[in-house]
Amino acid sequence: MNDPVDVLIIGAGASGAAVAWSLAETKMHILCLDQGGWMKPSEYPSTGRDWEAKFYGDWSTSPNIRGRPEDYPVNDDNSPIKVVNFNGVGGSTVMYTAHWPRLHPSDFKVRTLDGVADDWPIDYDALTPFFEENDRMMGVSGLSGDPLSPPTRPPMPPQPLGLSGPLIGKAMNKLGWHWWPSDTTVATMDYEGRARCINLGHCTPACAQGAKASTDITYWPHAIRAGVELKTHCRVREILTNEHGMASGVVYYDKDGVEQFQPAEVVIIACNGVGTPRLLLNSVSGRFPNGLANSSGLVGKNLMFHPYAQIYGFVKEPTDSNRAPPTCLWSKEFYDTDLSRGFVRGYGIQFGRGAGPVFEAVASEQKGILPWGADHHRVFRQLNGHRLAVSAICEDLPEEHNRVTLDPVLKDGHGIPAPKIDYTIGENSRKMMEHGLARGREILEAAGATDICINNPIPWGGWHLLGTARMGTDPARSVVNEWGRSHDVKNLFIVDGSVFVTSGGVNPTSTIQAIALYVADQMKQRLANLFD
Amino acid sequence: MSAANELTSTQRDDLRTVAAMIVPASDEYKVPGADDPAIQADMLATLGRDTALVAQALDHLARLAGQPLAELDAARRDDVAKEFRATGGAAAATLVRVVLQCYYRDDRVLRSLGLELRAPFPKGYVLEQGDWALLDPVKARPASLRRTP
Repeated sequence: MNDPVDVLIIGAGASGAAVAWSLAETKMHILCLDQGGWMKPSEYPSTGRDWEAKFYGDWSTSPNIRGRPEDYPVNDDNSPIKVVNFNGVGGSTVMYTAHWPRLHPSDFKVRTLDGVADDWPIDYDALTPFFEENDRMMGVSGLSGDPLSPPTRPPMPPQPLGLSGPLIGKAMNKLGWHWWPSDTTVATMDYEGRARCINLGHCTPACAQGAKASTDITYWPHAIRAGVELKTHCRVREILTNEHGMASGVVYYDKDGVEQFQPAEVVIIACNGVGTPRLLLNSVSGRFPNGLANSSGLVGKNLMFHPYAQIYGFVKEPTDSNRAPPTCLWSKEFYDTDLSRGFVRGYGIQFGRGAGPVFEAVASEQKGILPWGADHHRVFRQLNGHRLAVSAICEDLPEEHNRVTLDPVLKDGHGIPAPKIDYTIGENSRKMMEHGLARGREILEAAGATDICINNPIPWGGWHLLGTARMGTDPARSVVNEWGRSHDVKNLFIVDGSVFVTSGGVNPTSTIQAIALYVADQMKQRLANLFD
Repeated sequence: MSAANELTSTQRDDLRTVAAMIVPASDEYKVPGADDPAIQADMLATLGRDTALVAQALDHLARLAGQPLAELDAARRDDVAKEFRATGGAAAATLVRVVLQCYYRDDRVLRSLGLELRAPFPKGYVLEQGDWALLDPVKARPASLRRTP
C-alpha cells in the first residue's frame, strides 16, 4: 500500500491543475494522479509537413478516433453530438481553441430571470476574484471595455484582427450588431516563460510554440515547485469508502498496469463532465449501491454540451486561413433572453478565421461544393483561403434524460466500464440553433460570402461536458454543495464542469477553472472543520 | 478481401484510378494529378490506421465497377464514381480524405497555390493588425449587461 496523502486529486487537466496549485500553499501532502503523461511539444502536429493529416488520426479531437493508450472509449452512438476531449497532463487545455469568455452574471440566475432550469447556489461575484486570478495564471490576451460582456482586465493585448477580423467587423457594423475581439489564452507577448504567438494557426491540437495556455505549462510547473506530486499514467478505477461513509482512497492502475491502492484524507475529482460521473458510477459499494455520492440519483444526469450551429461561406477577399489562431472575435448580440425569438436564453457567436488547404479540400468535397474532375482546381482556388465561419454556441438547458451511464459492454484498456452517452437536442436549443443559423447567414451575406454551408450541429462538437454532478444546496436535487463538497461523502469534492447547474452560452473553461479556485479557497478557509 | 495492413495490387490500381478522377493533372495550373507516382507513394506509405477503411472502400468500388476501374469507359467510370460517393459511407469518405490530404501537401501543388513548402513551426506567420477603427461603433454602444437580482 502507498503512504497516505492529505489530498488526492484525480485528473491533471484544467480544474485539477488549478485546485492543486491553489491548495499547495497549505503545505499539505498533495498527490495528483492522471491517466495520461506529460506532453512533448516537439511532437505536436504543427512541427511537421503532415500537420493537417494528424488531425484526422493521432491528434483527432475524438478519443474514439485517437485511441491512444491514455484515452478511454466513449459510446456516444446515441447522441448527435460526439464527445471530444484530450487525456494527459493539461487535459483538454492541450487541445482546445483557447477562446476565453466567462459565464455572465445572469447565467447564475436562470430560474429567477427566465423561469427555467435552476439558479446556481453561488453567483458571479463569488467567482470574480478567481476569474481574475485564473486569467493571470493562464495568461489571457484581450481588450477591456466590451459593452456586452462582464468586465475583464486581460494582462496582454488582443490578437491582431488580421485579414478575417475586418471582414467580419464590417459585416457586423453593417447590421448594427455587437462584436468584440475575443479574450483568448493565446499569449500575444512573452508571458511568464511562454513565448508569444507566432500564428502557427493549428492551435486546437496543441501549440508547439507554447503560446497557447495549457495547464501543463501554466499551473503545473508552479504547483510542482510548491511541492505537489503528480504521478502520470495512473488510471483510477474507483474510489473506496470506509465504515464511516468517508472516502478512504482510490484504486488505480499504475504505469505498469499494476493495481494499487492510494489512501487519502480528502479526494478531489477533476475528470470532466463525462469522466467524473463515470468514476462515481464505477465506485459502487454496499453503502453506495447506485454509485458514490449519488443519493440524489443525479450523478450522470443533466448532461449539457452546448450544441454548436455553424454556418460558413467564402468571400472574394483573402482570409487568414490557417495562418492565425482560429477564433478571433465574438458577439453577444443574441446572448440574453428575448422571448420574441421563440426561445428562452440565448447564444454567443464565435467567428472563425479560416482553414488550411487539406481541411478545406476534405470539408468542401464532403459538402459537395468541391467537385471531382477537371473543375476541381478552379473551384478549390476560389475556396481555399477565403473561408469565414460563424458558430452559434447555444445554451443547453439541463434535462435529466441527457445523461452519462456505464456501458454494459464497452471497456477501456484496463477493463474499466466505459461511459455511455444518451443525449438529444432539446426543442428550445433547436429553435436557438435555427435562429443562430439565420443570423449567421445574414452576417455572411453582409460580408459578401457565397457557397454557404451548414453544420447543424457540429457533430464532433462535444467539447463542453457539463452538469452531471450539479451543485446545489438541496441534497435531493444536487450532488455537491455550494462549495463543491459531496452532500453524501464529506471528504469528497468535485471541481470540474460536472458541477455546472446551467451551461451559459459561452465556452466554459474559464468558469470551470474559476470554480476550481473558488472551491480550493473555500477548503482553505474551512480546513479546521472541513468535514463538518 | 484485403490484408489488414496493406492494399492488394488490384486495390492499388483502383486507388490510382479513382485518385485521378478526384484530382486530375492540370496543365493550366501546372499541377500533377493525385495519381502522380510520388503522391501515390505518399498515400501508401502513410495509410496507417486508415488502411482497413480504404481497403473496404476500394472493395466497394470494385463491386460497383465489376472490373478494374481503369478499364471502364469514361461515362461508366463517372457513373460508378457517383454511386461510390453516394453509397460508400465512412469508408468512401476516408478514401477521399486520404487522397486529398496527400495531394494538398505535395510540394508542386502547394507551390501552385502560392503556399510555402514548410511546417507552420518554427517560423510561423505574420498577422497584420487590421483596422481597429472598425470597432469604434461598438465601443460607442452603452454597456448593457443583463441585470441580475
